[in-house]
Amino acid sequence: MTSLNTIGRSLLRDDADIPASTFRASGHAPSDARWLKTLRGVQPGLVLSWSIMAVVVLWALFPQWFTSYSATVGVARQQLRAPSAEHWLGTDVLGRDLLARIIYGAGNSLSGALVAVGVGLVVGTTLGIIAGSARGRIDSAIMRGVDVLLSIPQLLLSLSIVILLGFGIVNAAIAVGITSIASFARLARSEVVRVRASDYVEAAFGSGGTFSRVLLRHILPNSLTSVIAFAALQLGWAILTISTLGFLGYGAPPPTPEWGLLIAEGRNYLARAWWLTMVPGIVVIVVVLSANRISQSFGKAKA
Amino acid sequence: MTTAINIKPASADVANLPVLEIGNLAVGYRGNEGFQRVVHDVSLLVRPGEVVALVGESGSGKTTTAQAVIGLLAENGRLEAGTVRLNGTDIVGWSQKQLDAIRGSKISLIPQDPTTSLNPVKTIGAQVAEVLQIHRKGSRAEIDARVIELLTRVGLSQPELRARQYPHELSGGMRQRVLIAIAIALRPALIIADEPTSALDVTVQKRILDLIDELRREYGTAVLLVTHDLGVAADRANHIVVLKGGRIQEQGATAEVLAKPRSDYTRKLLADAPSLGKTRSVPRSVSPRIDRRGDAIVVENLVQDFAIGGRRDAFRAVDGVSFTVQRGATHAIVGESGSGKTTTARSIVGFQKPTAGRILVDGIDVTTLRRESLRWFRKTIQLVYQNPFASLDPRQTIFQIVEEPLLNFDPLPREDRARKVQAILDRVGLPSSVLARKPHALSGGQRQRVAIARALVLDPQVLVLDEAVSALDVTVQAQILALLDELQQALGLTYLFISHDLAVVRQISDTVSVLHNGRQVDGGPVEDVFQRPGSAYTRELISAIPGQHNVNLN
Repeated sequence: MTSLNTIGRSLLRDDADIPASTFRASGHAPSDARWLKTLRGVQPGLVLSWSIMAVVVLWALFPQWFTSYSATVGVARQQLRAPSAEHWLGTDVLGRDLLARIIYGAGNSLSGALVAVGVGLVVGTTLGIIAGSARGRIDSAIMRGVDVLLSIPQLLLSLSIVILLGFGIVNAAIAVGITSIASFARLARSEVVRVRASDYVEAAFGSGGTFSRVLLRHILPNSLTSVIAFAALQLGWAILTISTLGFLGYGAPPPTPEWGLLIAEGRNYLARAWWLTMVPGIVVIVVVLSANRISQSFGKAKA
Repeated sequence: MTTAINIKPASADVANLPVLEIGNLAVGYRGNEGFQRVVHDVSLLVRPGEVVALVGESGSGKTTTAQAVIGLLAENGRLEAGTVRLNGTDIVGWSQKQLDAIRGSKISLIPQDPTTSLNPVKTIGAQVAEVLQIHRKGSRAEIDARVIELLTRVGLSQPELRARQYPHELSGGMRQRVLIAIAIALRPALIIADEPTSALDVTVQKRILDLIDELRREYGTAVLLVTHDLGVAADRANHIVVLKGGRIQEQGATAEVLAKPRSDYTRKLLADAPSLGKTRSVPRSVSPRIDRRGDAIVVENLVQDFAIGGRRDAFRAVDGVSFTVQRGATHAIVGESGSGKTTTARSIVGFQKPTAGRILVDGIDVTTLRRESLRWFRKTIQLVYQNPFASLDPRQTIFQIVEEPLLNFDPLPREDRARKVQAILDRVGLPSSVLARKPHALSGGQRQRVAIARALVLDPQVLVLDEAVSALDVTVQAQILALLDELQQALGLTYLFISHDLAVVRQISDTVSVLHNGRQVDGGPVEDVFQRPGSAYTRELISAIPGQHNVNLN
């Protein structure tokens, strides 16, 4: 073996062209210099988006930390109060504190969005992977089904599913999730097909890999990155769609604080109490924009 | 072409005022790690009617220099210092609008990749007419007539038909001719040809370079030829500028640079270029491990059909190819794109079932193998791909990549695997520091070493090298070829070497098959084929190898 090793060593000449950056990355730079570099790379918009999402997640997990008011029980004689020191965002027609309702509503909206994205991600990606790796008739059958799903307007489809499943926040979330299956399946399939055509997958088969092993080791890890980035994008979309269903009365039943429902309830008092519709509306917009900004940064990191 | 233009001081002759004069040019790019200068202090002259070749490997700054001249640097690029004088006028700092007026009319560009440089949704005629319309040359009828004239001039058959066709209906060579027609439409004083033939087959390359040469002589246009191929530069240029790492290593008249290179780097380039360097005039020394008794590969009457778009008629990619390869020998399959050489290789490795014929590898009939037996057959034969950037999984570390084949068969204990991976990396000349890295942190040459290590880790008998050195720079290519030679001597490997590059083939192989449109037109020991080509096509291929003109002169 030793004689063979010297052959290798004698041929080390092209090591000079290792990109310089790899040395820089592995070298021990002074820690404060690295800090400066990290600071310079910070994007204010992205930091803001992450902070907003963090606050909303905290609202969802520990609403009692942020408000002492109840979200469902109103106070008599305090109906439709304008924003004040006592009620920061005013009160609604039953005297409930609007801020409390928004904070408690975060849990419903976020968990709904997570369920919706989860359904789309799991079912859609599985279908896409099966279609992309099986090819042939199975592929055609699955993808034609996906085409049918895509041909129905998404809101119409989710309304129909909610009616089939019955009203409620979970059913609304599932309905929204089902409508996103098609997009997930398409993306996952195209990624699987792309990765399957690559040289390294063929090389993996060529070195004796079985189908399942190549699928797990090469095809899935390389195709799922963009699916995950897409899931982050879908999160914002799901919050918006669930609020839409809530607004139309297909989501959470009335006393439940849910953002879409808050906007719908405030609609009748738009002239007297604008904050009842405006503030929840702005909250939804800000959260959706933050989710999109974060998912965009995932997509960039991948590229 | 044969008489090199003498280089005189610029002031001596007013008529000989340089078309292009680059003085102390410095260009840099803004990146993640700050501003990085890639072209340092480059000065050169291009006189009327002269061809100046800018030669260098990837990353040498040759394309950046050319782009800086025509004002087409990438968005993060900046021309930091220096002058670019076009017919005596400094155009550095000109606005895009000012540059638009001279682009096409005074300077024009022949881009590298003819497949992506034409607009797929416009006809050829419309694209050639565009440059004439932009610079307002004549009425519509005049422009139409001029388009046909240009297409005829660049040697396209049936120019009226071509003008109505779309780019996808034309071959690569024809598209490159269209791009040349666009470049010469306004008879510019200077044409910048950025690797104009690197994406083309050798015989097409020769015809395209001949055409550029002919047009240059006819119009008196100067050409700045950017190329990585020293052979092309040696054949075509009056003056050679050698770049490395953004600095000029050497420049001078072609014959002088080739005969008496002053810099070490140029000497190394000359030695490593297969077409110029030590072409083996005697047959390859037979390595002691060659076992002349057995044949490692036997291919008999291989036929491979592919169905076209679901129709019943099929396209015959390989038509009756036969050859045998002795154990420990190197057999080359040579041909241009579409010749069926890669299809043949893939049938031998077992990636596709041949339509007819027999393939024996190490005594095993490949055509009869199914699933599990095919999987075990992989231990006998391994394929190394052309592009080491695509054949390694970007998410795996080098250790995982090389270890993976071992996991597919008889799992060894972890320590044994690690030892084996380490040994094989040593053998292909990679330091153990690369084990934890991912492919993107390695250079092209190192990646190809990893790919070879992955192929060798199963101790195969036969290695199929599908254009395995074609994507590498000449100096790296020479190192990989030397490595392959060493490995063959040490391990008694049999190589099947697929290549379009006859110069490389002559250097490393014992026997050769020449394929043309799926048929085998020539074959036998490599020197026999080179000395006494058996077909007109082989002769054409051999004469198209660049770098022969000046070598013969010397």
